[in-house]
Amino acid sequence: MTAKTGHAPDAGYIGLGVPRREARRLLQGRGRYVDDIRLPRMLHVAFARSPYAHARIVSLDVSRAAASPGVIRVVSGPEVAAMCSAWVGVVSNRKGLKSAPQHPLAIDRACWQGEAVAAVAAESRVLAENAVQLIDIEWQELTAVTDAETALDAATPVIHPSLGDNLAFQCEVDTGDVEQAFAAAHRIVEATFHTGRHTPVPLEPRSILADFNPAERQLTVYQATQVPYMLQWILARHFGLPEVNVRVIAPDVGGSFGTKIHVYGDEMTAVALSIMLGRPVKFVADRLESFVTDVHARGHRVKARMAVSQAGDILGVDIDDLYGIGPYSGYPRGSASEAQQVINLVGGPYRNRVYRGRSRAVFQNKNMYGQYRAVGHPIACAVTEGLVDFAADAVGMDPAEFRRRNYIPDDAYPYRLPAGPVFEKLSQHEAHDKLLKLMDYAGLRAEQAALRPRGIYRGVGLAAVVKMSNPSSATYGQGGVSIAAQDGCTLKLTATGGITCATSINEFGQGAATIVAQIAASALGVALDRVKVVSGDTEATPYGGGNWGSRGTGIGGEAVLRAATALRQHILAFIARLLETEPSLLDIRDGNVVDAATGEARMTLEDVARTAYFRSDKVPADFSPELVVTRHYTQKTYDGICTNGIQGCYLEVDVETGFVKLLKHWVVHDCGTMVNPLLVDEQIRGALVQGLGAALYEECLYSPEGQLVNGSLFDYLVPMAREMPDIEISHTCTPTATSGLGAKGTGEAGTAGAPAAVMNAINDALKPFGARVTAQPFTPERILRALGRI
Amino acid sequence: MAAAQDSFDIILTVNGVPVSRRVEARQHLTDFLREELGLTGSHLGCEHGACGACTVRVNGEIVRGCLMLALQADGACVETIEGLSESGAIADLQRAFHERNALQCGFCTPGMLVAAAELLERRPGATREEIRTHMAGNYCRCTGYQSIVDAVEAACRERARQRA
Repeated sequence: MTAKTGHAPDAGYIGLGVPRREARRLLQGRGRYVDDIRLPRMLHVAFARSPYAHARIVSLDVSRAAASPGVIRVVSGPEVAAMCSAWVGVVSNRKGLKSAPQHPLAIDRACWQGEAVAAVAAESRVLAENAVQLIDIEWQELTAVTDAETALDAATPVIHPSLGDNLAFQCEVDTGDVEQAFAAAHRIVEATFHTGRHTPVPLEPRSILADFNPAERQLTVYQATQVPYMLQWILARHFGLPEVNVRVIAPDVGGSFGTKIHVYGDEMTAVALSIMLGRPVKFVADRLESFVTDVHARGHRVKARMAVSQAGDILGVDIDDLYGIGPYSGYPRGSASEAQQVINLVGGPYRNRVYRGRSRAVFQNKNMYGQYRAVGHPIACAVTEGLVDFAADAVGMDPAEFRRRNYIPDDAYPYRLPAGPVFEKLSQHEAHDKLLKLMDYAGLRAEQAALRPRGIYRGVGLAAVVKMSNPSSATYGQGGVSIAAQDGCTLKLTATGGITCATSINEFGQGAATIVAQIAASALGVALDRVKVVSGDTEATPYGGGNWGSRGTGIGGEAVLRAATALRQHILAFIARLLETEPSLLDIRDGNVVDAATGEARMTLEDVARTAYFRSDKVPADFSPELVVTRHYTQKTYDGICTNGIQGCYLEVDVETGFVKLLKHWVVHDCGTMVNPLLVDEQIRGALVQGLGAALYEECLYSPEGQLVNGSLFDYLVPMAREMPDIEISHTCTPTATSGLGAKGTGEAGTAGAPAAVMNAINDALKPFGARVTAQPFTPERILRALGRI
Repeated sequence: MAAAQDSFDIILTVNGVPVSRRVEARQHLTDFLREELGLTGSHLGCEHGACGACTVRVNGEIVRGCLMLALQADGACVETIEGLSESGAIADLQRAFHERNALQCGFCTPGMLVAAAELLERRPGATREEIRTHMAGNYCRCTGYQSIVDAVEAACRERARQRA
């Protein structure tokens, strides 16, 4: 295990709930999102999309569209494919994951409703949309594969015959002793859990503005993205450009949650058009096309059972997971991650070691499928926590007590899971006790019992959560995918004693810029307002992976800490030489170099900078002050650092209407070192509410023919202020020993646990009726069906 | 019947400044504000009236800019987040949002603020439940809403205190 390294950030701004400075411009409507940027001679692109889930393009005639007013160019699949190479969404260390070559625009055949087949570049979006209506396409509809359950049947057509079948990926685990454990069990509980296919719905749609300068063969892309360097690699690779000629800038980004870490054909087509025409080309998805093209996720069916002893010990877990992805595996991250996470994490924070699991991902003629906040975790959590509640009920134990009995013991860490991953250290027992106190578990039970005779059915639900963070290169780099597991930070002492901080993690609302500034200011000993953060530009920041997988603070923050520690050392070495003393006798406090023992000011940082930059005559001839420092960090000890926590949900079910009213929600989370509690708590609440959406409202509903039938914000319900509860948060703190900062992830755990907590609370409320729901979202209809009322 | 007219001259006041333009009949108010006037603080999240990101004030009433044609604003007085910021009219609300981190990505925020400002002016005594109901037409995917409710509640209390 790596020892704690670097300057301990135990002072300064670490742990302070500092409001975000960048929020000020957003509050005044002065944010600058991609759609706010206008460049000279800019064109707008709009797309013709397949109206069918699966159809052959018999003919495609763009002549009428090309003659439409304001149209500069109309392109179809082959023209774009000639300049942008095809991609295949496989990751080599996800063994067996397969997919077919995919082009920016469909060629010959469209494989999902919404797949782009032709594009119009015109002087305005309106003119481009007008022309799209004039593209004449003759379709021959093909049989659509839309049911994951039958996708592997011999009678079902194979979407890509070259692949042999519709199985995209399969992974398994078997500790070998499951049958014996179930045979010996006191009770066996089983259920089939469904999670609804849903989609992240960031409020800012996907947006890209590509600006190709043919004179220099320089491509500049402004994009709403979480991952500028990934995009730089992708664009250089598929358009055959030198990577140094590709610049990706992420300006203000209006939410993402995983949507904006993927390669999308329409965005690649916008880039292709810019290269073709030598003009800036903008594409901003509208909401209706977002629903049929932004990645979907989480549409699983899990058959699961748990064996339990009379005393309430979990004896074994057995699951079979199936989910339908799109017609291709997502690129470049692949669509196998949910399978892997479900297999890895079912069983959660419990000490049971008898486990068999299988997960299969199958191709379907539905929209593309990809990584959404807390990839796979909400499914693993719902299955585990659902089974735990059923098992507790089967042996007549209180569900809280059942959990406490089965958690991994505190002295068992690091703890290797049956499926392979290792938990560095969890605080599950402490978090559990803290939550029960926070929510007054006993008091809620008493209230629940008191209200039942009055026909008020309330439920209490718990969900213990484990959430991976700080991923190593095992996730992508080792699978041949150029997405960095490391991040970097460059710190510069400016000429007047300020600090600029260029970081490879970027900001899309979570507060990365403020976190980074807090760490830099604390480790350097300067005031927060002296630090200026630069991010989201491949020509301005060190190389790094960007933000995904709960890694921003844990990885990017540690790089900042290391850079700040090094810059501090450089400054002190320089001044020690100037003052003919030892660096160890000096310190930096409040922006001044001081005598470490007395605190007496020796030099301001402005004087340090002025001496270095303008009065080199005062600097000894053999000494070169280096006041710009870059450091990187990557977590190499584990595949990822697991965070943990627990949620409690209190709700009321109207057994006449099936409506659920969320009354209150509580969370205890352990993200290790907490840099900014204000931002941490807001991340948890926001993530939690996304999970509440999955639990109660959100599902992409498809007809048997593969038509998305609720693809608007009126038909696809999302959580709004009125239905959401107040959420009370507390923390435990187990810093990771793999970094000096000790920070672990915080942005996804809320999403991971919320559906399970809601499910358990609903089933707790329905207990007097012997009714249970296990299919998300828990709509009034599903609840009434469970109650036998419809 | 005369042939359908495609474009019209309109005269209106935007953030206190007189504006005259010729607009296409099909152009909605938010596109007009963003594209013709460069007022990009009003955002388009859905363009079908569900998300509230385009909320602006027209003659003192909050409206969804994507559901109103620019042509319909002829003769009207329009206020956007830019104008409300520059005049200081919602400075207290903005401060409350900032202190409580009642925004993350900021894309919903201008619409949220314009919607909340109406409550502040008309019902500063609103309860938390009433605040949640009033804000129910504005979609935020980032925050979980609680901090927004907290911020609006704090600003309401402060306004009520000042009025008393």
